[in-house]
Amino acid sequence: MLVFLGRRILSGAILLVVISALTFTLIFSTGGNIARTLLGDYATDGQVALKAQELGLDRPLVEQLVNWFTHAVTGDFGRSWFTSEPVTQAIMGRLPVTLSIVFLVMTISVVLSVTLGLLAATKRGLVDRATQGLAIFGAAVPGFIVAIVLVTTLALQARIFPATGFVPFGQDPAAWALSLFLPVAALVVGTVAASAQQIRSSIIDVLRRDYVRTLRSRGLGEREILLKHVLRSASPPGLTVLALQFVGLLGGTVIVEQVFSLPGIGFLAVQSTTRGDLPVVLGVVVFTVIMVILINLAIDVLVGWLNPKARIS
Amino acid sequence: MTEATIASPVSLPAPRSRTRIVRRVLRDPVGITALAILIVAISASYLAGFITPIDPNATDLSSVLAGPSGAHPLGTDSAGRDVLARLLWGGQSTFAAAALATVVALAAGVPSGLIAGYYGGWFDAGTSWITNMLMSLPAVVVLLAARAALGPSVWISMALFGVLLGPSFFRLVRTSVISVRGELYVDAARVSGLSDARIISRHVLYVVRAPIVIQAAIIAGIAIGIQAGLEFLGLGDSSAPTWGMMLNEGFRNVLLSPLFLLWPALAITLVTAAFAVLGNSLRDALEDDEITPRTKGRAIKHIPHSEAGLVPTGSVAAADTDHLLVVRDLSVEYPRADGTTKRVVDGVSFHVDRGEVVGIVGESGSGKTQTAFSVLGLLPETASIAEGHIVFDGIELVSRTSGAVSRSRMDPLRGTRIAYVPQEPMSNLDPAFTVGYQLSRPLVKRLGLSRAAAKKRALELLATVGIPDPGRTYAAYPHEISGGMAQRVLIAGAVSCEPDLLIADEPTTALDVTVQAEVLELLRTLQSELRMGVLMVTHNFGVVADLCDRVVVMRDSRIVESGDVVTILSRPSEDYTRTLLASTLEGKTPRTLLLSDSAGETA
Repeated sequence: MLVFLGRRILSGAILLVVISALTFTLIFSTGGNIARTLLGDYATDGQVALKAQELGLDRPLVEQLVNWFTHAVTGDFGRSWFTSEPVTQAIMGRLPVTLSIVFLVMTISVVLSVTLGLLAATKRGLVDRATQGLAIFGAAVPGFIVAIVLVTTLALQARIFPATGFVPFGQDPAAWALSLFLPVAALVVGTVAASAQQIRSSIIDVLRRDYVRTLRSRGLGEREILLKHVLRSASPPGLTVLALQFVGLLGGTVIVEQVFSLPGIGFLAVQSTTRGDLPVVLGVVVFTVIMVILINLAIDVLVGWLNPKARIS
Repeated sequence: MTEATIASPVSLPAPRSRTRIVRRVLRDPVGITALAILIVAISASYLAGFITPIDPNATDLSSVLAGPSGAHPLGTDSAGRDVLARLLWGGQSTFAAAALATVVALAAGVPSGLIAGYYGGWFDAGTSWITNMLMSLPAVVVLLAARAALGPSVWISMALFGVLLGPSFFRLVRTSVISVRGELYVDAARVSGLSDARIISRHVLYVVRAPIVIQAAIIAGIAIGIQAGLEFLGLGDSSAPTWGMMLNEGFRNVLLSPLFLLWPALAITLVTAAFAVLGNSLRDALEDDEITPRTKGRAIKHIPHSEAGLVPTGSVAAADTDHLLVVRDLSVEYPRADGTTKRVVDGVSFHVDRGEVVGIVGESGSGKTQTAFSVLGLLPETASIAEGHIVFDGIELVSRTSGAVSRSRMDPLRGTRIAYVPQEPMSNLDPAFTVGYQLSRPLVKRLGLSRAAAKKRALELLATVGIPDPGRTYAAYPHEISGGMAQRVLIAGAVSCEPDLLIADEPTTALDVTVQAEVLELLRTLQSELRMGVLMVTHNFGVVADLCDRVVVMRDSRIVESGDVVTILSRPSEDYTRTLLASTLEGKTPRTLLLSDSAGETA
């Protein structure tokens, strides 16, 4: 298990380095144009050159990359070109909002999709059709449309939930929950739609395995077989889908934070993209990738625990 | 970007069976609706100039956020621009961008997937790694970064998004190619000297083309959603009208004019939904095409505990109580796709006494295993017991109303009084639990032993079935032991609660010849020690000769003949039994049957 874990951590670290380097190259490859974009069309060439020099954009790309990396490993991702706030600090300050959303969406999605998947696979009938309908709906309607519909109907028209703003958990847990209800609901729909369907079909698949029949022949109760044996073997494919959903979720929060004006990382990303604040944009990419790698690691460990065979391969 | 590229984003060979799938989609009302919506939306967008003469960017500040009117059928936006014209012109860039993303994804994923799957090796390792990398990138965040660096071009965004979506084609193609590569007809093509390029284009691409089309439809929908999402964030190119931008403007003015938000939201939803539903409909058509002939569900039928109309125990014929197990006039049916039923067991009657071994012999498909599963109450969900009785130790097990074995009567018997040894050892142990857990859990659950006592008993059982190092096997996972060992474990599990009746379904078929003999010997020993009645399902007369007291010969779901094993083997009265016997012994030296040193033991 330790070897397995070590290998996964190493491959995650390599992934992070490669993606950071690629993103850096993509973002900074336009060189001199960056300063021009920042200063606008009316700046003189001299001003642009001066700005480029100030930001270190006149150096060779490789040198900039190495420079960025040597600082990044110490946790220093540079400063915002606009507010001079350290990038790490800017991201950390907004992390609680995004993490609240992501954590809630993931937890609720796991509970809902396992319950729905189990019911759909074993009871069939109405629940099954509803789950399949939801799967099509989730694939058919983009998440941000769901968010927009929710905010216009439940927040702006019916005024049941606040349309915008975030209340920290420490300040008022009830208001925190209320402020996150709609954004989380908007994202949960898509995640559950995709994973409940997957869990349903893998449960149906496992129920057909020979060993389930043998377990039944031993006289073990149906509930025990379902919850202990079937669910355990059916979980890994569901978890894999959930890991992919998580990646999509990080994109989804960007849009949802915008719709609900929540000051999270997505909000920061859009803000710094519009004004060309490249160090912040790069920092956001690196942080999101770190989150993805951590979640994938957690899911790998979970799959390894659920399925002893996966530990060796 | 021309209309042609949009209408058929995939340029693959169109062999015959594809038309069949297309026809199926056309018959599916949902699929045809989705297709119609797409065709209408795409043609309306590209014919925008003919539909409305209004310039989508012409502002009219005298009518801002106006409702529908003669001049503006869908009203105007916050700058007084015509909503209908903007919607139609916006469709052009939307569809073209979706086509670009799909084509890039195809170009990135399909050839690489073909090569990686067909040749494997370093290319496969490298591309698979890149795929994993791309899949851990949140698309929206990457597209934001690209927008920050490269500017607000929808074409750059969608090309990049296509690259990010490449993995979905790559994985699809690679997996299919790997499975096809092993097929015999591909080997045959290779042997007959066809070049790799021809094999790939003719055989391999043939298999993956339908999934690729489905995936392309789904990806086009996703691309439209993402593109609209980026524009909604205000990150699009503002020079041309787009749906996402209209959504953004509408959202900002939602309190002033909710209707203005509705149109772009509706357009985006309709089109993404149409793509998703079309993909779904294509998939259904494809699966129908492949699966219809074998729709047997194999989950187990559950009968509620409280049920009316059970055959009362008293109605069991007096003669039936004399035997351990009596099966009388048993018929089992499966529904067919056309509404008729198929009888797999037809009027089967036999009995098993205490301490007696009865064999059911027949070819595959003769109904012998179905008969065994009926007695265990483990028939697949779709099967039903049409007629007959199963009486175990005087208890009628068949519930007339439900057409299955009564769960309330079967539950107390299963494992403790009726046990089962399956055919395939490896697939009958749960890979996620240790051998020890699977052995001791029923002891705790059914016999009420403590965990420690159950472990002790399980270790004894493992020793009894001849496992050399019980402690190690107890702690092992199923994939860590051999097939022969696994079968011993399953036998240990079956006899762990000292059942009265053991039902063994071809217990040696999946094993090596040398192991077969040992397992038969083990079954024989256990049977005589525990005085179990055994119902042995087999196609092997060697096994019958070795173990059984009586034998039932089945063919085409009926019993051909039954009786004493010596009589049947030496003087079979039916031609079929003779044929079966001859085929079993064909090419082997005839041996003296029923002697203690018969082939099974000495092998």
